[in-house]
Amino acid sequence: MSLSQDDVKKVSLLSRLLLTEEELTTMTEQMSDIVGYVEQLNELDTTDVEPMAHAVEQFNVFAADERAPSLSRDEALANAPKRDDECFRVPAVLGE
Amino acid sequence: MSESLYEIVIGLEVHVQLATQTKLFCRCSTQYGAPPNTQTCPVCLAMPGSLPVMNRTAFQLGLKTACALNLQIPNFTKWDRKNYYYPDLPKGYQISQYDLPMSQDGFLLITDPKGQFEPRKVGIIRAHLEEDAGKSMHDEAAGKADSRIDLNRTGTPLLEIVSEPDMRSPLEAKAYLTELKLILEYLGVSDCNMQEGSLRVDANVNLHLQTPEGKVATPIVEIKNMNSFRAVERAIAFEAERQYEVWLETKQKIGDVAKQTRGWDDQAQVTRAQRYKEESSDYRYFPEPDLAPVTTTDEEIAAVKAELGELPRQIRDRLEAQYKIPAYDADVIVNQGQTTVNYYETLAKNSGDGKLASNWVQQEVLRVLKERSLEIDAFPISTERLAELVKAVAGKEIDGTRAKDVFAEMLDSGKSAPEVMKEMGIEKVDDSELENLCRELLEANPKVLADLKEGTHKAVGALIGQAKKKNPNIDPGTFRQMCIDMSAKM
Ligand SMILES: [Zn+2]
Repeated sequence: MSLSQDDVKKVSLLSRLLLTEEELTTMTEQMSDIVGYVEQLNELDTTDVEPMAHAVEQFNVFAADERAPSLSRDEALANAPKRDDECFRVPAVLGE
Repeated sequence: MSESLYEIVIGLEVHVQLATQTKLFCRCSTQYGAPPNTQTCPVCLAMPGSLPVMNRTAFQLGLKTACALNLQIPNFTKWDRKNYYYPDLPKGYQISQYDLPMSQDGFLLITDPKGQFEPRKVGIIRAHLEEDAGKSMHDEAAGKADSRIDLNRTGTPLLEIVSEPDMRSPLEAKAYLTELKLILEYLGVSDCNMQEGSLRVDANVNLHLQTPEGKVATPIVEIKNMNSFRAVERAIAFEAERQYEVWLETKQKIGDVAKQTRGWDDQAQVTRAQRYKEESSDYRYFPEPDLAPVTTTDEEIAAVKAELGELPRQIRDRLEAQYKIPAYDADVIVNQGQTTVNYYETLAKNSGDGKLASNWVQQEVLRVLKERSLEIDAFPISTERLAELVKAVAGKEIDGTRAKDVFAEMLDSGKSAPEVMKEMGIEKVDDSELENLCRELLEANPKVLADLKEGTHKAVGALIGQAKKKNPNIDPGTFRQMCIDMSAKM
């Protein structure tokens, strides 16, 4: 299966990426290659194989509901491209 | 006017914050009201390499709620990533549940003791466990066009409870929400505080119309931004009228246009179209690889069910049967919460008169609580003391009107009922004394006597006032009956 330019356009829109025509062509080729590579898995006969929801056979990993220290605000905001004394700052978000 | 022209079809989505100490996937506190960005860690900030681990209590509270809502609990459940970009969602996806939710296919029974709608079994499609997003605030300061983001709430455990589109009026929607909230409160799984965002409601509304071409449905509108149950009721009523107007104008049917989201403006009492987010409905769900699925055995589910305790509907039925009170009374008491039920039950037992105890709780206790903005635990008169008064009323030692004076005095002075009654000179009038008074007044009022003999019982009313003047302690009901009985023999 190969991806169309429209598929890639849609995915880039959902990912909030603006691609040039040139990038779109490159991405379409590269993403088709990736999907094609993964598609090899379809060659396996999985008729009697129980589907898995998880890559590791592991269930019921829980933690107790007990508080642990959080980061300080300065640590939390340390990587923010833009911040003020209390909050992350981002371009205006309109509506809810 | 248009009620008969269409049927309103309502489905509700409720997000309820579960009462845990910590977040769903990390151990940051969920305490409300902390200063911005002081309750975060690498997990809820979406730092690379961090690993979410499921909060056991959150899952248990979810199970408990699911059992109470008659939902089926599968033995296997998993979580999925719901992908979308928004500044208050640091990971770029929300961990939610898609195709294998922790519970599905339940129902909630709603009834109205006033009979404004027929009892209805509202289907519940599913209840699943997911994480909350952060909070974005628009900076009002002049010249600053930024939004400010507080991530304290990010990762808080939410149970999303999705109903079938089974409700047919704003009143039914309100009843569903009221009963749901009551169940959650009885279970203790959430504080349900709408102001603090612990309980949020979205409504899906459309109309079914009868036309000459057959039954048609209008496009579904999702209403958001409703901050109280009252707002939900009004928003749905407004939306129904609006959709009907739009239908008359455009004849647009379901499927003709995309599902619209409208926000409720409580000030203006209208719904307004919200900006349409292009492609926003394509969430590209896929299984969350960082979280292990959860299995639940039938024994575990049975154990949760066994520990549920009495739910509101069961308590209503029991109070009705046990204390011989009408459904309406039981409804009022149970809707006040567990503490009021406990207060009522102790009062009913100690006073020995369930109906009278119910009247006193509804009319006096709840009134005072409301006037003084008190919780029932803080009510100044203990059940034991109030029971003494209710018992006195039940035993006709004091009439209802004077009992209310005693009640008022007890409330302010902290004295017991016998003390106050003694101070006010209230004591039971013995039968011979009452008989004498009766005879005396009947003989002095031949016109009343004649009327009574003819069967005009209301004539006795004229004597009650006179009797009370002579002896304020008489019980008007007993006196009235005695006059009627005596007149027949005179
Ligand atoms: Zn955290």
